[in-house]
Amino acid sequence: MAQKNIVEIKNLSFGYGNFMLHKDISMVFPRGKVTAIMGGSGCGKTTILRLIGGQIKPKAGQVTVDGKIVHKQDRQGIYELRRKMGMLFQHGALFTDLSVFDNVAFPMREHTKLPESMIRDLVLMKLNAVGLRGAHKLMPTELSGGMARRVALARAIALDPDIIMYDEPFAGLDPISMAVICDLIRTLNDALGATSIIVTHDVEEAFSFADYIYFVADGSVAAEGTPKELSKSKLPFVHQFVHGEKDGPVPFHHNAPSYKKDIYEWV
Amino acid sequence: MNPIFKILSNIGNQVTSRIWRLGSATRLFCLTLIYSSESFRRIHLTIREIYFTGVMSLIIIVVSAFFVGMVLGLQGYYTLQKYGSSESIGVLVALALLRELGPVVTALLFAGRAGTAITAEIGLMKATEQLSAMEMMAISPIARIISPRFWAGVISMPILASIFSMVGVMGGYLVAVPIIGVDHGAFWSQMNVNVDFRIDVINGLIKSFVFGVACTIIALYEGYDAPPTAEGVSRATTRTVVTSSLTVLGLDFILTSFMMSN
Amino acid sequence: MDKTILDIWVGLFVAIGIAALMGLAMRVGNLTSNTLGETYTITANYENIGGLKPRAPVKSSGVVVGRIDKIQFDTQAYQAVVTLKIDKRYPFPKDTFANIYTSGLLGEQYISLEAGGDDHFLKEGDRVSKTQDAVVLEKLISQFLYSKASEESKK
Ligand SMILES: Nc1ncnc2c1ncn2[C@@H]1O[C@H](COP(=O)(O)OP(=O)(O)O)[C@@H](O)[C@H]1O
Ligand SMILES: [Mg+2]
Repeated sequence: MAQKNIVEIKNLSFGYGNFMLHKDISMVFPRGKVTAIMGGSGCGKTTILRLIGGQIKPKAGQVTVDGKIVHKQDRQGIYELRRKMGMLFQHGALFTDLSVFDNVAFPMREHTKLPESMIRDLVLMKLNAVGLRGAHKLMPTELSGGMARRVALARAIALDPDIIMYDEPFAGLDPISMAVICDLIRTLNDALGATSIIVTHDVEEAFSFADYIYFVADGSVAAEGTPKELSKSKLPFVHQFVHGEKDGPVPFHHNAPSYKKDIYEWV
Repeated sequence: MNPIFKILSNIGNQVTSRIWRLGSATRLFCLTLIYSSESFRRIHLTIREIYFTGVMSLIIIVVSAFFVGMVLGLQGYYTLQKYGSSESIGVLVALALLRELGPVVTALLFAGRAGTAITAEIGLMKATEQLSAMEMMAISPIARIISPRFWAGVISMPILASIFSMVGVMGGYLVAVPIIGVDHGAFWSQMNVNVDFRIDVINGLIKSFVFGVACTIIALYEGYDAPPTAEGVSRATTRTVVTSSLTVLGLDFILTSFMMSN
Repeated sequence: MDKTILDIWVGLFVAIGIAALMGLAMRVGNLTSNTLGETYTITANYENIGGLKPRAPVKSSGVVVGRIDKIQFDTQAYQAVVTLKIDKRYPFPKDTFANIYTSGLLGEQYISLEAGGDDHFLKEGDRVSKTQDAVVLEKLISQFLYSKASEESKK
């Protein structure tokens, strides 16, 4: 193995337009580990995953995947890197015009010249791993939210990627589906020997199975550590997040002039 | 700010954003062409889209063409009979259809029927991150999604326009010969003598090909560029119809003046 | 949707399109009647061609035997030079008349060839010397009015 850290983010800055979303972020994702990125909604977690996937270019700093600087790659190079990645999108992003089976088969058909019989076996195997082999004929619209996410997961691991990125895998799921997904992530990580990057704001789940956690707030890494270290952390921000307090370092209110001023001087 | 400055900056803003959009649409067009080999190498992708753009538009095209042809026949008859040349009704119907109405009305119907469907589909695919997902799988959405739809549109349009013209002529025949009583032989022979294959039929085909390129790329661009929200997609769909229609009419004027000049 | 059904529909669609195009070419347009076989070219000079246009038909006894290829203006003679393409199957004698006529009162103009009795036939590049100009309506009307006027004055 070449690098210990399969993904590294160094002094990364990124923003849409003039607004800087990330200021000087550094993170490392060691091989074979489950690393979680946590933070409030809209703090740019999904954007970090998109930066790793090379869909957007950083304003400063760099992301390296497998020793290669992502934004310096040409199209071919980025595509080669992406073939090592699997991504589970927040809402599954299943292709609505394809059946469950075809969705999972899609990356295989596009990237390999495997005969159809072998693709069939592989797809059923992947679907079996997420417990949905019986649903292979259904269309994405016929699936519940949890099922759709499991199908998307099967699709993300179709080509046995080295890196699996999960964008909010637990959001909007009932506790049972959540436990199922949680279990799956851990098993997949260990069975495939893959590296997992999980974006979430679900404290309990993340603390239960992540090896290492980064807290992002205000565009930079506010805290990092293993779940054990973090739960003992005295940092006010972490405390607020972990215990779900309404107000604290992360304000409840969006930036605004004083309430009084707004009420009396509204034009 | 001074209201005049406000108006000026508004105009400037509008113009730059239009030009910017034109530029990025052109860029998408070029990329589509570059990735075209994919949609021909895997022809079933394109065939599938021909089904959705072409075959699904057949009914509206045939029905509209039939009525347009019949109306042309009636209107032509009322005018021509005053000059005692109601046999020329066939010529009038055929020329109007081949030169203008066939390509133009087909393109307008295409924009409304197939163009909006393309925009909404691509816009929704973008809003539900399907395009992003494809990119993350190292598959270019332009090669896999945009290009087959483009070629399907470009292939369908001249076919639809030909069907439109032919069905329209049949509609005109139905009004002229059995209903009004124009002589069957005179109807066809007059048409045959006065309609020129190269000037009328081929030029009509060229027009509909150009309209096909324009309408399809506009529909694709609007979808691809739509803000990934429900509102964004619905606005993009509206814009597809408006932009396509205006573009078709403008292009028609330019093409006609070129074709007439030589 | 089943792939083969889809293929069948698209195949049908394309077939209907081609059929429509063939219909337009053969039945509506003049692709068949238009295709002259091999042709030979002759020219004819006119003082006035009226509204004659390139690609207008050349007829003899009402049958289309050729088409007008191009119309030029001869700056030496101040005459219009019309180039005709005639089907090789139809040879015409040297002393053939080439007259410009109008089909109907306001219809399109065409050239009518009226064969003479010469033993020699027109060859590629020959010039027809016997021509009759287009009838210009204004001239006709003024002639008519003039003759009417002179009749009146004779009375
Ligand atoms: N394409 C874009 N253009 C402009 N702003 C964007 C775009 N995508 C996301 N944003 C903004 O960036 C911020 C972070 O987005 P995101 O990374 O999705 O946050 P998170 O996943 O942490 O909830 C949001 O405020 C969002 O409005
Ligand atoms: Mg997000």
